[in-house]
Amino acid sequence: MARKSLVRDNSYYDTLIQYYLNGIDLPAQPQALILPASNGESVGLGVEALPATASICSCHNVTKQSIADAVAAGAMSVGDVKSATKAATGCGGCAALLKKVVDNELTALGIEVSTDICEHFPHTRQDLYTIVKVEGIRTYSELLHKHGKGHGCEICKPAVGSILASVWNDYVLAKEHIGLQDTNDRFLANMQKDGTYSVVPRIPGGEITPDKLIVIGQVAKDYNLYTKITGGQRIDLFGATLPQLPEIWKRLIDAGFETGQAYGKSVRTVKSCVGSTWCRFGVNDSVGMAIKIENRYKGLRSPHKLKFAVSGCTRECAEAQSKDIGVIATEGGWNLYVCGNGGMKPRHADLFATDLDDETLLKYIDRVLMFYVKTADRLQRTSVWMDSLEGGLEYLKEVVISDSLAICEELEEQMDHVVGTFQCEWKTTVNDEKALKTFRQFVNHDGQDENVVFVEERNQIRPATDEEKVTLIAKAG
Amino acid sequence: MNWNLICIKDDLVEDAGVAAMVNGEQVAIFFLPEAEDKVFAVSNWDPIGKANVMSRGLTAHLQDQWVVASPLYKQHYNLSTGQCLEDEVFLKVWSAKMVDNEVYIAV
Repeated sequence: MARKSLVRDNSYYDTLIQYYLNGIDLPAQPQALILPASNGESVGLGVEALPATASICSCHNVTKQSIADAVAAGAMSVGDVKSATKAATGCGGCAALLKKVVDNELTALGIEVSTDICEHFPHTRQDLYTIVKVEGIRTYSELLHKHGKGHGCEICKPAVGSILASVWNDYVLAKEHIGLQDTNDRFLANMQKDGTYSVVPRIPGGEITPDKLIVIGQVAKDYNLYTKITGGQRIDLFGATLPQLPEIWKRLIDAGFETGQAYGKSVRTVKSCVGSTWCRFGVNDSVGMAIKIENRYKGLRSPHKLKFAVSGCTRECAEAQSKDIGVIATEGGWNLYVCGNGGMKPRHADLFATDLDDETLLKYIDRVLMFYVKTADRLQRTSVWMDSLEGGLEYLKEVVISDSLAICEELEEQMDHVVGTFQCEWKTTVNDEKALKTFRQFVNHDGQDENVVFVEERNQIRPATDEEKVTLIAKAG
Repeated sequence: MNWNLICIKDDLVEDAGVAAMVNGEQVAIFFLPEAEDKVFAVSNWDPIGKANVMSRGLTAHLQDQWVVASPLYKQHYNLSTGQCLEDEVFLKVWSAKMVDNEVYIAV
């Protein structure tokens, strides 16, 4: 295979690199590997086509053969294979690929691969979503009691917590839900490697007043936090301890900020370019639309994180075509792109509909998002969901635009419910004495975690390395 | 072995953990109402993630064992023995009990 560069759309890279590295024979029509598929379906490389020597986990250099050997030796699940080979225990980026390889090996041995979410529920995530909604189930314990067994685990608890939030949108730290929340959701902040947290206030559309910028700066200064601009046009404040989180949020809320939900599998940001208000080339107000979209969908919890963008013209400065929902202004309204993402395997979004007015644009986004929430697998991003959707883009268009399943009304109603029941979780938390108690560092002691040590780098704090800690603690002693 | 009074039931979070300082050591205390032992005490130090975070992990019941998953890298630790299910590391464990509304740890 000749070396060529992929320009703009590099979503085929994963497939091509496996062909190249493994010397696999090209298919009869090799152009199908890089040209848009005529029937709207993507041409992927099934894991069965990979040779035994293909490296699946590059952190621990685990090949497909090692995984096959582990399965042949009795490993019956991804967990077993992880223990046996260490695959996916480094950065974890290959977890989805590992699961495909394990499932493929199990199937090859004639073992039925379970689609159950875990040992506690004989159901898929999609089944559980339907059960929760149709039977009006409001808590994990009710669902477990009626449809599961045992006492739950770290797979089904957050998955059900997410489903309950998508359907009912209750406060996630309420007594009956708090034990379901994974690392970041549990304390409404992003845990870092040293056990401290980062804080991200919402900055809709990336638009912020100087006064609000000053508040963020002042809070960061007062608590000596490391500050960094994020890829989603907001500001991340690192190095907050557990007890500092509510104090920091009280100040941010007083200044008019809301939670950015950077910790949730939920709507994160709507990135925008400056649009027609200032830009010589802009054809529509991308900032205004981005703020409208962000304020509509903030608070929506979903199978995985969601990132949106709005560009004011076809120059696409907001990079909307790399987002789950991308909107680009045209002379005739808005073009809507869906199911793009960055991450380990970038995927360009698909053009879904063109020249939409504001109302239709929001209607289609409501429907696409809720259909994703309803039918996606646990921790499946929209890009992978689209690739696994039978019928692909054309099918999604039929469901959302032509209402082929007659569910659009239901999808819209459900989105209206989520929008109508929005609450800033941090605002609720700082006013809830019981919730605040869970932010104590220790239940019986006022001290701090002595293992949290910072050093200075480029005029800001950063966590000390293990070696630095030894030196610093020796000096202090 | 002395039973030290650490906190009251109200300080614990059902089906989750909290951290306590016991004789200069950080201890993660889990309250699992459905488990026979109800309260479990293990080291708050995550030996793989190298941070004091175990009290903030999700609890699970897997293959008849009560475990906690590290909030950093998700390895499971048996709450009774401290043994890691994926690796050759373990958490220190303490005996713990709840008497009426009071939570005790043996030191």
